[in-house]
Amino acid sequence: MNELPGDLLYTNDHEWLRREGDGSVTVGITEHAATSLGDLVYVELPEVGQDVDAGGEMAVVESVKAASDVYAPIAGSIAAVNDDLADDPEKINADPYGDGWIVRMTLSDGLDESELMTPDAYQELLDELDD
Amino acid sequence: MGSKTPHYDKHVEAGARIVDFGGWDMPLHYGSQKEEHFAVRQNAGVFDVSHMTIVDLAGERARDFLRYLVANDVAKLKEYGKALYTCMLNADGGVIDDLIVYYMSDTDYRMVVNAATREKDLAWIREQARAFDIDVVERSELAMIAVQGPNARALAAPCIDAEFREAALALKPFFGMEAGEWFVARTGYTGEDGWEIVMPAAEAHSVWDRLLAAGVAPAGLGARDTLRLEAAMNLYGSDMDETISPLEAGLEWTVAWEPADRDFIGRSAIETLRNSPHRQRFVGLLLEDKGVLRNHQRVVVDGVGEGEITSGGFSPTIGRSIALARVPAGDYDRAQVEVRGKLLNVRIVKTPFVRNGQIRIDV
Repeated sequence: MNELPGDLLYTNDHEWLRREGDGSVTVGITEHAATSLGDLVYVELPEVGQDVDAGGEMAVVESVKAASDVYAPIAGSIAAVNDDLADDPEKINADPYGDGWIVRMTLSDGLDESELMTPDAYQELLDELDD
Repeated sequence: MGSKTPHYDKHVEAGARIVDFGGWDMPLHYGSQKEEHFAVRQNAGVFDVSHMTIVDLAGERARDFLRYLVANDVAKLKEYGKALYTCMLNADGGVIDDLIVYYMSDTDYRMVVNAATREKDLAWIREQARAFDIDVVERSELAMIAVQGPNARALAAPCIDAEFREAALALKPFFGMEAGEWFVARTGYTGEDGWEIVMPAAEAHSVWDRLLAAGVAPAGLGARDTLRLEAAMNLYGSDMDETISPLEAGLEWTVAWEPADRDFIGRSAIETLRNSPHRQRFVGLLLEDKGVLRNHQRVVVDGVGEGEITSGGFSPTIGRSIALARVPAGDYDRAQVEVRGKLLNVRIVKTPFVRNGQIRIDV
């Protein structure tokens, strides 16, 4: 497994979140999540404009093996979705932190970083899972 | 920690993701399930199937015993090595297991049964065998691989002892033969040509290495499942079990009704169902909308009733989702499947979906 990008925040459910500087955030699933699921074959995306609660189901990623929910790491509304995933869901396997992004969100409230995990904290979680 | 096959170290060495399967530590994939799937459809892949249970039957009345034990009729087997796919039923007509029987002689047969059903199968077979005075010998000391794909036999042939190689290459589909301490059969579970090869466990590692060196891809249980689903081959425990008869699992072709006076376990129960107008259909589904069909999803047939997906997934070859499903009796070719609260459109198609590398349905 590659090193975790240091500029992202993470969740217990293996999502990542990038602060875009304009108050919005980009969200995807981590390499660990993508690898565990295996080759992705379908992604169900939310509607642009849809409001989501923190921890609410936001998207579904399906691999040859199984379906898995993607949860919103924070409350907000969907500003954009990665339409490329409709034809090429394997972008999530190939580049989970880049071309494999899933949604962009505008936040209802500010970003409370204490609710999320730093790269070091997430790495610790992964290390525990390996044991 | 589960049981380990003789190939286990080779799986770890090849970077396999190991999962529990019926008490065995087995490879799910070695990196990409889809690449393994395509390797088998286009070239050759090797599966470790040593977890499956080999049972040798011997006795003067072995033929009579098997004609009673299973729903297909071993009296059809007249040539050495010929294989027969069949269900073993309980008295209610439910499927205890599906299996392959190889005919060695009227007094010697080899059976290969599923791994997850091993204990109950052996107990059942031994119980039934008592009245026929049959020796039932489990061959757990042997390793077994399946080499599958259009180039599988050509790439695997050098592994076979030179003395038997030509005869092995001349095997017709659904025949097997002894080759010294080995057993080679032109059978499989992928819809492709290939062999299943039984060998002493001590040779498992060297044969595995030679196959990989020859360009055969190691393939895991994940690819095995998508390949068999595309080939519309049933999976025990998913498409049928002890509560389901072969008639409602698409396996009527494996039931030998003739001769009518052959008594086999479960016969009277399934005879009743045979002519019932309410008998459920077992069909192939192609998803016309986007999404993925999964096991246990509800199938809705407008104005007719409801059924259930027994095996669903994504077909790498077709690039869409397919499924096997048990649905109500009736004449219709469209239905809907409930996926996360939404009804998606499916078309009922004639299976197999894929065979010998070719898509066999209209997409």
